[in-house]
Amino acid sequence: MRPRISAISALMLPVLSGCKGAQSAFDPAGVESERVLQLFWIMLAGGTAIWAVVIGLSFYASRGKTGPYSDRSGVRLIIWGGCVFPTVVLAGLLYWGLEIMPELRRPGDGPTIAVSGERFWWRVAYAVEGEPGVVRDLPRGGIPSANEIWIPVDKRTEILLSSPDVIHSFWVPSIAGKMDAIPGRVNRLVLEPTETGVFNGACAEYCGTAHALMGFRVVVVPEDEFEAYLEAQAQPAAVTDSPGLELFLQNGCAACHTVRGTPADGDVGPDLTHVASRLSIAAGILPTTVENLAAFIASPDHLKPGVEMPAFGVLPEDQIARIAAWLGTLE
Amino acid sequence: MTGHMGDAADQRDQEDEEVRRGQEERLREVWAAPKGWRYWSAVNNTEVGVWYTALSFAFMLFAGVLALIMRAQLAVPENDLVSPSFYDQAFTLHGTAMMFLFAVPIFEAVAIILLPQLLGARDLPFPRLSAFGFWCFLIGGVFVMGSIFFGAAPSSGWFMYPPLTTDETYTPGYGPDIWLLGLSFIEVASLAAAVELIVGTLKCRPPGMRLNLMPLYAWYVLVVAGMILFAFPPLIAGDILFELERMFDWPFFDPSRGGDPILWQHLFWIFGHPEVYIVFLPAIALVAMIVPTFAQRPILGYSWIVLAAVGTGFISFGLWVHHMYTTGLPSISLGFFSAASEAVAIPTGVQIFVFIATLLTGRVIYSVPMLFVSGALANFVIGGLTGVMVALVPFDWQAHDTYFIVAHLHYVLIGGMLFPVAAGVYYYWPLVAGRKLSDRLGRIAFWLMFIGFNVAFLPMHFSGLAGMPRRVWTYPESLGVGTANLISSVGAFIFAAGILVIVWDVLRPRGNEPYAKRNPWNAGTLEWLVEMPGENWGVRSIPVVTSRYPIWEQPHFIEDVDKGRFYLPDAEEMKRETIITSVLDGTPLQCLRVPGPSFMPMVAAIFTGAVFIFTTFHWWAATVVAMVLAAISIMVWLWRGTALIPEKPEKDVGLGLKLPLYKSGPHSVGWWAMFITMMGDATAFLGLIFGYYYFFTIHADFPPPATVGPGVLWPSVAFGLFAVAWATALGSRLSNQAGRVGLARALMAAGAVVALAASAALLWGPYVTGLRPTAHVYPATVWVITIWTAAHGVAGSLMLGYCLARSLAGRMTPEHDIDISNVALYWHFVGFTVIVAVATLAYVPVLT
Repeated sequence: MRPRISAISALMLPVLSGCKGAQSAFDPAGVESERVLQLFWIMLAGGTAIWAVVIGLSFYASRGKTGPYSDRSGVRLIIWGGCVFPTVVLAGLLYWGLEIMPELRRPGDGPTIAVSGERFWWRVAYAVEGEPGVVRDLPRGGIPSANEIWIPVDKRTEILLSSPDVIHSFWVPSIAGKMDAIPGRVNRLVLEPTETGVFNGACAEYCGTAHALMGFRVVVVPEDEFEAYLEAQAQPAAVTDSPGLELFLQNGCAACHTVRGTPADGDVGPDLTHVASRLSIAAGILPTTVENLAAFIASPDHLKPGVEMPAFGVLPEDQIARIAAWLGTLE
Repeated sequence: MTGHMGDAADQRDQEDEEVRRGQEERLREVWAAPKGWRYWSAVNNTEVGVWYTALSFAFMLFAGVLALIMRAQLAVPENDLVSPSFYDQAFTLHGTAMMFLFAVPIFEAVAIILLPQLLGARDLPFPRLSAFGFWCFLIGGVFVMGSIFFGAAPSSGWFMYPPLTTDETYTPGYGPDIWLLGLSFIEVASLAAAVELIVGTLKCRPPGMRLNLMPLYAWYVLVVAGMILFAFPPLIAGDILFELERMFDWPFFDPSRGGDPILWQHLFWIFGHPEVYIVFLPAIALVAMIVPTFAQRPILGYSWIVLAAVGTGFISFGLWVHHMYTTGLPSISLGFFSAASEAVAIPTGVQIFVFIATLLTGRVIYSVPMLFVSGALANFVIGGLTGVMVALVPFDWQAHDTYFIVAHLHYVLIGGMLFPVAAGVYYYWPLVAGRKLSDRLGRIAFWLMFIGFNVAFLPMHFSGLAGMPRRVWTYPESLGVGTANLISSVGAFIFAAGILVIVWDVLRPRGNEPYAKRNPWNAGTLEWLVEMPGENWGVRSIPVVTSRYPIWEQPHFIEDVDKGRFYLPDAEEMKRETIITSVLDGTPLQCLRVPGPSFMPMVAAIFTGAVFIFTTFHWWAATVVAMVLAAISIMVWLWRGTALIPEKPEKDVGLGLKLPLYKSGPHSVGWWAMFITMMGDATAFLGLIFGYYYFFTIHADFPPPATVGPGVLWPSVAFGLFAVAWATALGSRLSNQAGRVGLARALMAAGAVVALAASAALLWGPYVTGLRPTAHVYPATVWVITIWTAAHGVAGSLMLGYCLARSLAGRMTPEHDIDISNVALYWHFVGFTVIVAVATLAYVPVLT
């Protein structure tokens, strides 16, 4: 069976498959990452020059010079090279670094999205009118999703971060720097993408065995597409009558997962109402295909060591296939 | 100098070879390490220092092997050479061991070997304390590292962030407990070494060596030991909170009950950042000894480098938040810490330029130690420059917790610490073993290490910014960092080959290779008085020092020392002796009798270690037994080995100088040790108080409304009783001194009882108001401060009882009052603790 994906995602696929740089600070597609990369190149150039001078000087001092210099010139070197020069350079650099901070953390003018880092996936809730749309420690509601965040291009989207379990860190290097998701606190990060496309994110704070496999996708689209996406995500599940759904309910999947429009209303794992519309499953590690869904249901720990979801490999293969097939229809 | 020497020579007949031979035999016998199985009771700095160094290197090799396993795992994307759970244990133990079992202990180990030599002292003032520190280090280190063979090692990273580590759901088993208790135990040993080194530097300098004549290494030891003294206690405070949460569910870091996981990060990094400089400065100190020798001139800018070292020490305590830029702290505090983090680069720059200027103004001889120094400089400057980068907040938001940081910290630590240590190994090997290491192997090792290191770590800057977080056991091929990682892995193995060459060079059989000539590098500082091979006595006679490079600058210096023309050329009474001088100007004050070999430090360390290990596994009955045995063994050690009354009040130490054999009060080393220990103790206490006010600041209501605190009554009663106990401690010291021994004894007895009553009253407060520590962070904080303070009262009571027993046994008299004088000093700190504790717990809630 061919995996079904939405039209927008289909357009994205080439981007995704060739997305070597989709998780790289060297491939900036956001205001913050652009500014920081520029800062980095300048510091790298300056640093290389300073390194070359210092090492050249020490080489000259120990092997190159023809005779000892006077103590006076040595002291002058200490004063100018060790004190004055670094003080001036560091003061300038500090001024620059501090100056760009307020701009990068300016409040958003786009949507607000609550993201909760949970072992080992990302709970997402888009704020809607009247519902702040935030998770766990914050008021609940909004439009739920998981492991994939859509944001409009050229808008400043506010990401509110927290966690119900341990500390995680939310990082989409191509768009901005990282921010921790800390139990008991709500942190704020502003994403201002300058290009459309799919970007990869990762958890940057060690959070347990599956930390290395706790990724997510950020999909940057024009604002109207963003609105259309939100509207689609707000709808209940597409297929609410299928043998797969019955098996899903019978085998206890609903204890952890919600599929809106069905009796499944578990709150432990990701909301699966539109799981097939997402680019990846298992927190960014596998492309969304029916085969991958089936494989993950059968032995999640094999694909993602440390994952919290129990294995369902005891179920007959055809049952797993039917559940996976049904999930594959949930666009 | 030599003219003045003449008189002494006449008196002692130092020019008579027979006389000298007799003296040498006595010195040799007195300072000899025991033979056979009793060898392990040795306490000489030359023995303990070498064991300590060897053990730290062994832990380094172990942690290095873990690193190689990790590099093998990461060599290709999506590799499954090791399991994720093993990988997690490997990176946790790698960081933990490199920091706590190598970088800090190697400083202490090398300082224990070098410091007495550098100061022309026969030994450090508390050799048994050094031995105790070593045995603690051995037991704790083996306990922590051994856990990996049982798959039970800590696995949450070397900074152990809660709630991942505090909650049994996420970290079942004993891993975090092994980390916390094993390392707390080693931290205690580190503090013991710090006390030893501070007192050694301040009080064991040779006559005439004013502070501003100290060898640079001694300055760095002073700065670094001082930093340990103030940096480790906050971590110990954090460890206490942490373990109370893990074992008894006291919710210090649990937000659902008012706690905050960020408090741990503050306490950890208040320790953790100075830690970086605690590791880096001693290595720079080695460079500061090596550079002048090979430039064949005194260091240029002595005061500059001393000020820079002291400045670095101070500033390093104001940088910790730069490890927390991504925790969502307000921009204003990020700005402050960013500025401080940039500022620390300035004194570091001064130190580097002092070295360059010294080379520039000298005639440089090139050698293996200098090769490693150059390599250190080249690598460390890269680490320093990337450090300047990550100190900028916006850049750190990208770089934090990625391989860029992994690269940065290894450039700082390997460039700033391991390369200088390798230089130090080649430079100081003759001092330890009497022979030089091989030049040829040294060069091979250097180039393997230098090339391997850069091949391994330079690409990591790229991997990190290209999106690779740290602490990942694998990464997808699509990330595009496969090639960079493969290169890093190859480099790591080349680097390891270089280390192995050094290991081979050190361990290879020497056959009958000749000993090196005396002062083989033609250095100017005191440690090179050592003979090849060295004698246990350290220095033949304790010289008068009037310059920074006495071997270069004081005529006939080596000859005068060798012929015993200075102080203490003999051991007439067959006792180990060294000279104690004044802190500022090195005036001789006392001839200190230094204790000799004993198994007591080892026994005390075993029982103390047992307390920590049994606690880890919740074997409470065994813990209590071990605690009692530890207390008894420490008491026996103190009773038999300290504050001994000499057979005569003073002795002629040579050059017509008579020095007392017994001193108490601020002139004695014991008083200084107590003072310095209690500074560390007070710092740990202030760490707990910081916790209280931290919660006070982050919560709108703290104590929470409708919560009853310990009340005002019982803390006030306790305060009054503590005041009485404090007064009796002081009163017993004064009356004993005045010869009113009966009154002194009565006061000690009364003080011991009142101190117990005071502690009980303090504990009674929160008990009677029913504060449950598991309910909320407020009662938990109240309890921990109360227990800490009460425990100090109980210890103070034991000390007063000990003094009473000493007095009754005739081991303490009005003239010989070290015990009560130090205990009275202890009580001043208890007084301070009680004032702060009671004010915080009982009065602040009422006033606010």
